[in-house]
Amino acid sequence: MAKTAKIDVKEQNLLTALRGFFKALLEDGDMEALLVPQHLPMKNVVMPTLVTDPEKSNTADPLAPVFPMNAAKMVSRLTRRPVGGRIAVVLRPCEIKAFIELVKLKQGSMDEVILVSMDCYGTYGNVDYTRFAGDDGADASLRFYENVVSGKGTAWEDIDISPACKACEHPVSESADLQIGMLGVDTKDHLLLKAMTGAGEDLLEKLGLPEGEEPEGRKKAIEDLVSDRVAYRDKMFEETSEATSDLNKLTAYLGNCVNCYNCRVACPVCYCKECVFVTDVFDHEPSQYLKWAKRKGLIKMPTDTVFYHMTRLAHMSTACIGCGQCSNACPNDIPVMEIFRTIASYTQRAFDYEAGRSLEEEPPLSVFKESEYSEVTGGKD
Amino acid sequence: MGEYEPTIIAFVCNWCTYTAADLAGTSRLTYPPNVRMIRMMCTGMVDPKYVIKALLEGADAILISGCHPGDCHYINGNYKARRRVKLLKEILPRFGFDERRLKLTWIGASEGVDFAKTIKEMVTEIKELGPNDVREQMVL
Repeated sequence: MAKTAKIDVKEQNLLTALRGFFKALLEDGDMEALLVPQHLPMKNVVMPTLVTDPEKSNTADPLAPVFPMNAAKMVSRLTRRPVGGRIAVVLRPCEIKAFIELVKLKQGSMDEVILVSMDCYGTYGNVDYTRFAGDDGADASLRFYENVVSGKGTAWEDIDISPACKACEHPVSESADLQIGMLGVDTKDHLLLKAMTGAGEDLLEKLGLPEGEEPEGRKKAIEDLVSDRVAYRDKMFEETSEATSDLNKLTAYLGNCVNCYNCRVACPVCYCKECVFVTDVFDHEPSQYLKWAKRKGLIKMPTDTVFYHMTRLAHMSTACIGCGQCSNACPNDIPVMEIFRTIASYTQRAFDYEAGRSLEEEPPLSVFKESEYSEVTGGKD
Repeated sequence: MGEYEPTIIAFVCNWCTYTAADLAGTSRLTYPPNVRMIRMMCTGMVDPKYVIKALLEGADAILISGCHPGDCHYINGNYKARRRVKLLKEILPRFGFDERRLKLTWIGASEGVDFAKTIKEMVTEIKELGPNDVREQMVL
């Protein structure tokens, strides 16, 4: 059974090739629907769309260097209960990782989805992307890809991909059913299509695409990109640790926070229906603020900003997959992703866990053993 | 000014450590009065945010204490507490909190002596460590 196939690219237009493939997924792949980012007609923005009519995937654009939201949240909505048919979802590697976390947290199911991933070169922030895309988003996507492949890099004018993407060591998803490969592939001629699971293989067979082969240079191309990103990431960890190494510095780091909670809303893995920070618990008595203020002579308003971020770090850092949507959503440009990833690197390592890596690994705070971590109780079991 | 007296917030479980504290009292054991006890039904319900809030409000140290492994009234709450403390001990030091400001112990209902001893030792340790400097800062 063929494990790799190729999607032919004609006239060097990757988007036409991809759109043809998506159409085929719906027509020949026995898919009830397709979740794919598309340019919306009313405004040149790229949003996840749920498509059932093959003719209506003709503005699909997973190449656009933007993801206005982590679409794992949408897949979670689609799969929290049986949806009634198989759905192919086209996601970035970080979205797949977020979805894996959500499934483990019982917020979705893999049963009816086929995960299709694209190699990811990174994304711009939402606001930057609007400027970059101009009037013709599809053309802009091709321009972005062209620049990357020709070695000009990801930057355009004063815009560059987000720090989260620069620090992302997973540009290629290992967990998808089908992987659409571009790194190290001669994309002037074809895209690589690789089945990573049994379900992926079955689908490949149904689609009847020409057989392909993983090019020799692909492994090296991926390794090179990952090593650049790891270097950026480690530097980021170091700088962020330094910038938040005591409470004074942390307070300054988060000084712009206005408690809008956008970072929590944008976070794909922060899944509570009702967050404690928006409940009555934080509807303090007016006189309470006075008491606080009197204790020190002044308090910053709104209160509880540092408390909020530290609590979210405690609650969610073990599930952080590093997509950077928190920073993307912050109206005051607080480097939220940086501090989350930095702390997550410690908390995930402490439990020998990597968020989004595998469905088999249990989230660290959902399991326990009778005898473990005796160091936290001074060696006493 | 007198000697620095730390404030220790203790989250103790109803079934074991709170009962041990009660026993220490009825046995007329003495221990320093620096500890403010909060009785929980189980250490498994001590959310990390309780610890974070107490530290940000200026508590000098936090003690979480419950039943010995295998003795939890709710079967496994203390195991969950242990993982949460492990987690907090990874996070808090990154922001400058000394790791010794958070302690997890197992003190059974019959161990009144052990309870008094634990508090004594902890107060001595925190006195050496000095006050949580949050008290001087604006953080809330």
